[in-house]
Amino acid sequence: MKRVFLTAAAIFALLQSYSQTAVDSTAFKSRTLQLEEINFVSSYYHQDGNNSAVTGGIGTEKLTDLANVIDVTLTRYDKKFRKNTFIGELGIDHYTSASSDMIDPKNMSSASHADTRIYPSVSWSVENEKKRSSFGIGLSSSTEFDYQSFGANINFSKKNKNKSGEFSAKLQAYLDQLKLIAPIELRSNPNANNRGNNYPSAGRNSYSASLSYSQIVNKSLQIMFLADVAQQSGYLSLPFHRVYFTDGSVHQENLPDTRFKVPLGFRANYFVGDKFIIRTYYRFYKDSWGITSNTANIEVPVKITPFLSVSPFYRYYDQTAIKYFAPYKEHTAQDQYYTSNYDFSKFNASFFGLDLRIAPPKAVFGIQHLNMLELRYGHYKKDIGLNSNIISMNLKFK
Amino acid sequence: MTRTQSITTLKLTITAMAISLMVTSCTTVKEYQKNKLNDAEMPLSNRKIEKTELSFQSYREGASGANAGKTGGGCGCN
Repeated sequence: MKRVFLTAAAIFALLQSYSQTAVDSTAFKSRTLQLEEINFVSSYYHQDGNNSAVTGGIGTEKLTDLANVIDVTLTRYDKKFRKNTFIGELGIDHYTSASSDMIDPKNMSSASHADTRIYPSVSWSVENEKKRSSFGIGLSSSTEFDYQSFGANINFSKKNKNKSGEFSAKLQAYLDQLKLIAPIELRSNPNANNRGNNYPSAGRNSYSASLSYSQIVNKSLQIMFLADVAQQSGYLSLPFHRVYFTDGSVHQENLPDTRFKVPLGFRANYFVGDKFIIRTYYRFYKDSWGITSNTANIEVPVKITPFLSVSPFYRYYDQTAIKYFAPYKEHTAQDQYYTSNYDFSKFNASFFGLDLRIAPPKAVFGIQHLNMLELRYGHYKKDIGLNSNIISMNLKFK
Repeated sequence: MTRTQSITTLKLTITAMAISLMVTSCTTVKEYQKNKLNDAEMPLSNRKIEKTELSFQSYREGASGANAGKTGGGCGCN
């Protein structure tokens, strides 16, 4: 009996030690290009308010936006067993904006009363499991009627020895050009037909550096610290935003040509028991135009089953006004810089809603390769009157 | 020091202490113990489905960044 017990104990110990053996990173890994996943994200956004910047801080802000984004992720191991990841993405937005009709009410097609934005991007990253590091680069562009942007980024990350902490750094640059479409009454020749590309243009450059450090605290909790510094320079106003002075005269928005931003963030995700997860996020933000802002977000995914989760979420946001903001007809000729854009005014906002995620071990609804379906609805409300709703869907194919 | 400054200092001190406590109390978690950390709801990042939300927030709000997204540029927003 004693011998049987000892044999069983030895087998159990052997199995235990085998199950705890680290995965051999030199094991066979396919070097052919493999399709990892395809994501399709579609959103419909609608907003309404009564503080349009196009009409000087008064008037409708009604806007709708239909956004569709598809991304494809491919992976391949190279000769040194490093994992190479290639991601290609294409986004197309179509939006209509009631206030943009007011740039030139007689000729609505002259500006973006309805427009389409196309934004492709590509990225490549290589992960070295032995060195616990990864490196990547990316390129992007965004094109709409009055705005053209080119972006580039480079990033690096390194995990610590026991892989419980990871440091990441990212540098980003955006080189933008915007057409200077003035409100009709402020054009030198209001009768000129500017349907083509005859508008003058101006540049806007944005550079940022992002640092983050994530840490596994225990089996159920992980946290992350984020810090960015960003510098913008060039034409930072929007040329079709009107500003009315106290004397009734109308002007184009005029903002400084540099802006320095410092956002600091913190995330913590905690798995409570077997069914609840608490996802939290906080951001403190300050910039050289005078905005100080706080953002706090909490989301509580509830795992109804291992493959179905429902996540109510709530986000709180507040900000102070920039130094150059004043409402309709409150700026004076003494002001060097001026705007009546209420997105730069003092306000607080709430955003709440529900997220539903289905990811069964086999296909969703039996549709081949459909690995995950996610639906999300959110309602956004500013205390200065703007309300919006957004509904989104993510389909993941594997 | 004003009352507001005292409260801010107190808040920062409590936050720093809480963060220090969390980081210093980290335990080593083996790969096979990471089933909860590897759950699809646990990544320390935005969900893909939030892409348009983050975009409209960067248009409608003055603050941006520190969320693995853009801190400006790439659109007609500031």
